[in-house]
Amino acid sequence: MADMSSATRLHPLRADRQSGRTVSVTPAGDATRISLRARPDAVAKLSRLLGLSLPTRPKSTAVAKDGRAALWLGPDEWLLIDAPDSDVAAVLARADVLHSAVDVSHRNVGIIVSGEGADRTISGGCPQDLSLAAFPVGAASRTVLGKIEVIVWRTGEDSFRIECWRSFSEYAYSFLQESAKDCGI
Amino acid sequence: MLLIKCPYCEEERPELEFRHAGEAHLVREGKIIDQSDEDFAAFLYLRQNPKGLVYERWRHIHGCGRFFNAIRDTVSDKFLTVYKAGEPRPDLTAIKAEGAAAPTTRKRRSRTTKSEL
Repeated sequence: MADMSSATRLHPLRADRQSGRTVSVTPAGDATRISLRARPDAVAKLSRLLGLSLPTRPKSTAVAKDGRAALWLGPDEWLLIDAPDSDVAAVLARADVLHSAVDVSHRNVGIIVSGEGADRTISGGCPQDLSLAAFPVGAASRTVLGKIEVIVWRTGEDSFRIECWRSFSEYAYSFLQESAKDCGI
Repeated sequence: MLLIKCPYCEEERPELEFRHAGEAHLVREGKIIDQSDEDFAAFLYLRQNPKGLVYERWRHIHGCGRFFNAIRDTVSDKFLTVYKAGEPRPDLTAIKAEGAAAPTTRKRRSRTTKSEL
């Protein structure tokens, strides 16, 4: 008689459908976020005020000791991510160089994708090359996930932070959950 | 999927991050009040749309957000070169020779087209 094998059937709506998988998709905690725009001549002064060196190379990030992070998004554009009670807005208000700092803390929602297969999980909807050679730890970039625009930041070999717009967060979250189901080992 | 090089990000990115932004190097006359309606309509609406090499604007809208210029072959969809906005038109003959040796854009999966056979 042939051996019988059966696939485990999961209820599609079960909240714990990810249990036992290697990839976890979880909402990131609250954060202060600033969309910072400035010309090259203001970068040095702003870097001093912020206590970190604003990255000027594509795809790069800088993280200060207290966890304040600056992500390069464009030649004159950065996303600052800091603790929820951060004084970064007040710090920037003291800068006397031409710049634009917009508080987008509540425009964005962060999602943490971590565990073995996190890169494959994001690759399920992101066309960028997320291999360690092309997207090393510390790399960040604005890109596409499925039908929406996101910012992908590699915080570790197997951990990413995804930043998307608030109204797209449900889509991004379920997209990543679904992808994790396929890609988690 | 096409991989397009962004001159600001200095690497090839998937075409999904980009948006086409029309013909490049269109310059509006300084004093449009002196222009005839026909000339202004031509500036506003008439485009070259040639078969072959075109100068185009592209925007890396889901990346660095920057506009840049590119020379693309409308027949093969091959990008000969990309250059930053505001830079002068590159020398086409030099690029053609160079582009034949090392194309700036390649397809992820090779797809043989009639023109390549």
